[in-house]
Amino acid sequence: MSGLRPDLAIIARNVDANARVLDIGCGDGALMAALRDERGVDARGLEIDPANVSAAVARGLSVVQGDADIELAGYPDQAFDYAILSRTLQTTRRPDRVLDHLVRIGRQAFVSFPNFAHWRVRASLLFGGRMPVNRLLPERWYDTPNIHHVTIDDFRAMVAERGITIDCEWFLSGDKRARPAGANIFAEHAVFLLHR
Amino acid sequence: MAQRHPIGKKIGRQRRLNPRAHGLSQRAMSSDARFGLRRHASLPGPLALDSGAALSPVEFGYESYGTLNADRSNAVLICHALTGDQYVASDHPLTGKPGWWSRMVGPGKPIDPERHFIVCSNVLGSCMGSSGPATIDPATGEPFAMHFPVITIRDMVRAQGMLLDHLGIERLHAVVGGSMGGMQALSWAVAFPNRVDAVVVIASTARHSAQNIAFHEVGRQAIMADPKWREGDYYAANDPPAAGLAVARMAAHITYLSEAGLTEKFGRKLQEREAKTFGFDADFQVESYLRYQGLSFTDRFDANAYLYITRAMDYFDLGEEHGGLLANAFRATDARFCVVSFDTDWLYPTSESRAIVQALNAAAKRVSFVELSSPFGHDAFLLESPELNAVVAGFLGNGR
Repeated sequence: MSGLRPDLAIIARNVDANARVLDIGCGDGALMAALRDERGVDARGLEIDPANVSAAVARGLSVVQGDADIELAGYPDQAFDYAILSRTLQTTRRPDRVLDHLVRIGRQAFVSFPNFAHWRVRASLLFGGRMPVNRLLPERWYDTPNIHHVTIDDFRAMVAERGITIDCEWFLSGDKRARPAGANIFAEHAVFLLHR
Repeated sequence: MAQRHPIGKKIGRQRRLNPRAHGLSQRAMSSDARFGLRRHASLPGPLALDSGAALSPVEFGYESYGTLNADRSNAVLICHALTGDQYVASDHPLTGKPGWWSRMVGPGKPIDPERHFIVCSNVLGSCMGSSGPATIDPATGEPFAMHFPVITIRDMVRAQGMLLDHLGIERLHAVVGGSMGGMQALSWAVAFPNRVDAVVVIASTARHSAQNIAFHEVGRQAIMADPKWREGDYYAANDPPAAGLAVARMAAHITYLSEAGLTEKFGRKLQEREAKTFGFDADFQVESYLRYQGLSFTDRFDANAYLYITRAMDYFDLGEEHGGLLANAFRATDARFCVVSFDTDWLYPTSESRAIVQALNAAAKRVSFVELSSPFGHDAFLLESPELNAVVAGFLGNGR
């Protein structure tokens, strides 16, 4: 799974071979192509940006242009072994509803997101008094697609409230794995595997 | 010496092809009267129609481009729209204009005669060499006129299946169509679920809406209100209902454009005059344009064929034949689908394409969908669109 973004590499390593996968917010299909080529996975994608859809289709992938906030309702229950939502949850209008669809459509769901409680973000707000702009959150407050910033502890709380089970969790600091202890401060990025 | 294929010849480009790579050698195909430009076939039939009637014989006007490969796996069927024809990538014999989809079909294009064996056939019911109301009824020796049976999109597809049998093509690498061509492409996957590997549906729909039917009814009434229509029996007098057909075309043409496109192209500009004439001449450029579109259409199209084909489109509802659930229509096929819509197309808007995509998803089929942006409305699928070409090329080129 060389060349994949670190959070995608974690997801790719943990998807069973020959599984059926729906990648929501699949971008140009990098993860889907890796899963297909290296794991024999039957991957489908949902992506909002037409240029990304074209790029993914040109890779021979099956990708539907659409908005996760709207289109997920049209997918049948348990149609996929995995539903994947990578770095997209914080861009949706209703992350709670998207998450519900995720664990409905997939028997399991991977969710990855940047952790807004990372110490650099905290420091930027605490000492700088400015909304953080960093590697994982490169946009400014007014032009960011990340309209629902979320922390690891927020996410855990939402998942618990909704009766969703966490099967596995991974944390990243830079491109390296971080320990679960203190993840809400020290992890820049989290990946969760869930089911309902 | 490798035979130059027809399109390559026209554009002055040629390439040597490895003869062993081809099942039918280029030489064999070039001497086989079934293949090439401006072909005609009369097949005995009978062709059973949805109406219960049967057609025998069945006439086909069609063209082929490129060479069928050794394992006969590179055949692409192009399905044309309401007023389209088989001249997809060669000059039209009546108008002299280049092929209607030469932006999509040709050397270096997404559908390429150097890689694909391309077939485009005039649809059943039309007037460019395939059986339609202007065809002579063998029972009477006169044109069928309104005695031609009412046909459906599925009948058109079954007829194409008959033609492909004649051409020795068991399986299609892809079937591709825009507008009514997209309806045929969808129907192909339903009528012949094991005969097609990939389906491209552009600016189309799985059923005709009330608004679609309404516009077609305006067109039909315009034709039938023309005294020269004579209940369809105008062939002998060689005096067709051109005025009625022109009005039908004018009304339809508006539906192919977008409001923004019309405004940008014509606005309220006057036609070769400084002021309004206070009369009913074509004062406005948009009037002059529509009149020209209507009149020039009558030079190349038969009014009765227009009645029959619009009827076939109005009857089209792919889900209806499957318990009202479109997803059920697609259960039997393993084809991949690529659905494309244009954001300013109000004739077959994106919502219609999304309904197709949702049905395919519900049936767990491999489907790609993209809504492309264009100012040109429904007609966008026929115009220059690098994005459309990229999607179709990618979809056809990297199929798995």
